[in-house]
Parts: sequence; structure tokens; C-alpha cells
Amino acid sequence: MATRPITGEERAFMTGNEVVAWAALAAGADIMYGYPITPQNEIMHYWTRMAPKYGRGFLQTEDEISAGFATVGGVLAGKRAFTATAGPGNVLMQEAMAMAEMMRLPTVVVVTQRGGPSTATVIYSQQELNLTCFGGNGEGLRIVYSPSSHDELFLYTIKAFNSAWKYRFPTFVLGDGYQSKMREPVTIFDPETRGITMEPCRPMVGLPGLPGEEREPAHLRNTYNLEEELYEVLMKAIKAYDSVAPQVMEWDVYAVDDAELLIIAHGVVSRAARAAVAVLRERGYKAGYFRPITLRPFPAEPLRPLAGRARHILVVESAYGQLKRQVQAGLYGISTPVTGYLRPGMGITLEEIVEFVHEKELI
Amino acid sequence: MAIAVQPQMPRVWRLETKPHKFCPGCGHGIVLKALGEAIDALGIQERTIFGCDIGCSLLSWDFFNLDTVQTHHGRTTPVLVGIKRARPELVVVSYMGDGGAYAIGAQHLVSSAARNDLVTIIVVNNTVYAMTGGQMAPTTLPGQKTETTPYGRDAGLTGRPILGPELVAAIAPPGAYVARGSIANIVQLKNFIQKGLQNQVEGRGIAFIEALSSCPTNWHTNAAATWRFVEEEMTAYFPIGEFRTPDEKPSGRLREVPPRGL
Repeated sequence: MATRPITGEERAFMTGNEVVAWAALAAGADIMYGYPITPQNEIMHYWTRMAPKYGRGFLQTEDEISAGFATVGGVLAGKRAFTATAGPGNVLMQEAMAMAEMMRLPTVVVVTQRGGPSTATVIYSQQELNLTCFGGNGEGLRIVYSPSSHDELFLYTIKAFNSAWKYRFPTFVLGDGYQSKMREPVTIFDPETRGITMEPCRPMVGLPGLPGEEREPAHLRNTYNLEEELYEVLMKAIKAYDSVAPQVMEWDVYAVDDAELLIIAHGVVSRAARAAVAVLRERGYKAGYFRPITLRPFPAEPLRPLAGRARHILVVESAYGQLKRQVQAGLYGISTPVTGYLRPGMGITLEEIVEFVHEKELI
Repeated sequence: MAIAVQPQMPRVWRLETKPHKFCPGCGHGIVLKALGEAIDALGIQERTIFGCDIGCSLLSWDFFNLDTVQTHHGRTTPVLVGIKRARPELVVVSYMGDGGAYAIGAQHLVSSAARNDLVTIIVVNNTVYAMTGGQMAPTTLPGQKTETTPYGRDAGLTGRPILGPELVAAIAPPGAYVARGSIANIVQLKNFIQKGLQNQVEGRGIAFIEALSSCPTNWHTNAAATWRFVEEEMTAYFPIGEFRTPDEKPSGRLREVPPRGL
């Protein structure tokens, strides 16, 4: 049986969902537990076609609750297990991800945001930012990547497995319906050829040796009787999260050195934002662009000096202020005014951004 | 000279966590002892993963010298299905109460039974939600008083108690093992659990064992009344015995449908 789905590099023209399936294969994902919901379905479609050829597993569960908890089980068993979901499915999956957060389980979930709340549209939005970053009952000790292109979707899906197993926090790739369904050129590759070594997995149950005699049994729980006991566990996890956050954080900037207007966006919207900055620059305006690649942990530290120098900040998102709130919290104490171009569930073009900037006289 | 008689405990018993944390008179200790003896008898301690739910069953999270995972209410079976699919060589036991099995986790039970997942599910039926303070459970008997049925369960309003093994027996494919035992007959209960584990070891199909159990704390019963409720009232509604063995075909109107490609 073949083991390496991709050797070297290959150029391809494919949908985002196909990119995710290839990336999971390339990353050495062992098993996917899934439940159909649009727009992520084709991740399962491609996975179920390719996985058996490489000895990988799949189970279609009865719902997203089960898919999330089965992923938890696969990770406990020491396998690179993952799932994918969207919208109301993401809501259901938060229960299992709260358990993963408490027990520091390296689960990987690919979220292809659709319109919300509730069933809404199956097309596109950026409205699952809050849910994915902070959706469980807890503190949101997660890693959330927001890729903007198919190349990044491939890269960050591989990276999600590595970050999850390295740092042991539930890790999410927060894509969207446009990324899922559109085709664009992409370079897929074997991680090794780019010097990426996959983090080793280790089982948390089913270890060798007779438990209680040759080794201690693994007694894993997420319930605590005493507030002090829970506090100790949580503070240890919070401390660990805070200490790795600077290594995990990623962001992208463009034309920021002298920027008077700083446009902030994430995901596919950031492509329109970057293009709008280029247009504004051509017209002689000092615009710049900042994109958080990790939404959690949020890269507030690198953003603060840029925001402090700017005269105005514009947050552009296909949600009603979910990113804007993160930005404002991260910039607390900085007096630069923050405006939002907030279009929940709508795609955003560069022309709209440029027009909004002129109309509001932000520059 | 007096002879000290030490009760024989299973090899998987974890002495460091004993005495256990269940209330006096609770049936969990008996069911868990039967499970421990069955694991000993099959010699599968090294590769058995024990999963427990929320509710009283979570108190078993460090009960055995077994790798153990405590999960959420109703979600134990999916976690163990996830483990089993990833590592088929392991033997997985999903341990929960009647609420976890028949209410909040019912969809997982039904789907696992339909898929004939290679898991052994043990459900402790004590007719109440015990850890949360004695509310009505899917198994509360008609007329039984609980905190949310203070005048007695009205089956016309809240439905009749769920018959779990009967449900699983009706939907599980051939190869399944389904039984209901009772803490009043530990030898038989151990036998059922052992057969259930054997079924998984042999890869024949799902194993589902319900154990009738006691909750004097929430029943507000003394020893005699507790035992009478288990042995007489519960047994009258929930019949004891084997509902499916792996050799027999499903009962009722089910019939074999040959696989057909598209």
C-alpha cells in the first residue's frame, strides 16, 4: 500500500475542500470522523476516496457531537484524528472541543464557515470566529488559524496537526464557504520536502504494560470536585497557553511602515483588503494592511505599534464585529479610532472597501 | 481462633482508590466488581480501556487498574468508538447510567447498535438521575416518585420507561450480544458481562448489558425496601435474561437482506 500521497511538489487547480483532504493525507492524518454539513462535505468526499489507498480510516458518525467525541477518542488512542464541520455543526462540536480543551487533547477541526446564526445560508460568512475561538464552556485555550488562499489552506491544515500535537491544545483551521467551493491554483507538497517534520503522536490510553503492576494506569478525567483542584489544573493550562502563544501567533502585513489608515481583515476578506490597500497606495493614500493569521492567540502585540502610529483603523469583516471586538480588546489603551465595515454573511470586494474609505473620509 | 476472611477482589481492583466513593447501598460497586471479575477471567486487563460517563458513573474514573477516560453525559460511547476505530486491538468498555444511555446519549446508542460497533456497553439502571439529586430518568417506573415527579410518574404525560436491551436487540445486526442482569444475582451478571466482552474480543458485534441497580439515597429506602424494589418491582417491568446471543438471528420480522451494489 502506498504511504506517501504526494512526492515532492505538484501544481494543481482544485477546490479548497479538496486541498484540505490532500493536506490531511500529506500530514499523515490517520483517521477522519465526520458528519455531513455544507460547505465542508467534499472534504469527506475526497478523503473517503483517497484514504483507503493509503491505509487511513474514516467513520461517518450519527451527528457532529459524535464526530467530535470520536475525534477525541482517536486522539486519546494516539492517532492523528480530525474532523470537519460548519455552522450549526460547529455549535454541536463545541461540546467535544471543550473536553479536548480541558484534557489538552490535540484534536484538529477544519471549520468551513457558513452564514449564521442558526441554519442561515450554506454559502459563506466569517461569523464563526467567536464560536471557534471561545465556543466551549471555558477560557478558549485553542489555536485557530485563518488561511486566506488555497496555498495557505494546504499549509495551515498540515500545520494544525503539528501545532495540536506540539502544544496540545485543540486546533482549528477556520476556513469558509468561498474557500471550500472555489478552485484556484495551489502547490501541494510532501511536508518533508519543505523541511517540515510531522510532530510525533503518542497514545494517552492503551499503553504497553500491565496497568497497576508494570505501569501506572492512565486515569483521565475532566471532572473535578474541588474548586482549588480545578483552579490548579486550569491555571497550569492557562500558563502553558500564555507561554506558547508568542510562538504560535502569526500575522501578515503590507505597506504598514508609514500607514495612516490601517485596514485589518482575516481569511478571504483579507485578500480584498490587501488589494484595496494597493489601490489606495496607487492613488497616493498612505494605507496599510494587517492580517491576523492566528485569531487565537490573537497577535495583539505586533499590531499595537502599527495601530498606535496610524490615524485610523478600519476592520473589514463578513460578520458584525467579531474581529473588531478582538482588535479593540487587543488595542486597549490606544486611542486610534476604529471603524468597522461589517457585512455579516456577505462577500466583500476591494471596490467596496475603497468606496467605504472615501465615503467615511478615513484617509 | 478467629479466621479473618478477606473478600476476594478482582485483580484489576485498584486498592489505592478504595473504599470507593459511591453512596452506601449503591449498586455501582457490585456491577463494577462483576466487570472486574469478567476482565480478570478473560485476561484482557492490559488492553482494556474503560470509559465512564457523567453522573454517578463518573466516580469510577480511577476505580480500576485500567486505562480510563471519563467523558461527558451521554458521550462515552462515541469516545470509545473513536478509540476502537483508531486502535482495533484494544477492548473498550462504555460504562454509563440510564440517563446517559437512553436520554441524552440515545442517538449514540441507537447508531452504535445499528453499526454493530465493536464496543461493550454496560448501563446501570437505577430508575433515577442520582447524582443530580433524584430526578425522573427514562427508566423511572410508572407511579414512582422522584424530585421531578413528586406525585409519581404519570406514564400518560411522560411516557413509559425505556426498555434498553429490548430496543438494542430489535435493531442490532447479527453478531450482537444483549442481556439484562441485576445486582441481585452477581454470578449471572458477571456471566453476562463476560459474554459481552468475549463478543468484542471475537469481533462479532456490539455487546449491550443493562444491570438493574439500586439507589437508596434517592429512593429514600432502607436496606429491605431497597432490595425489594430491585428484586420485585424493577424485575417485574425489566425482565432479566439474554435478549440476543451472537449465534441467533434477530427476532421479530427482521430478515437478512443480501448486500447489493449500485
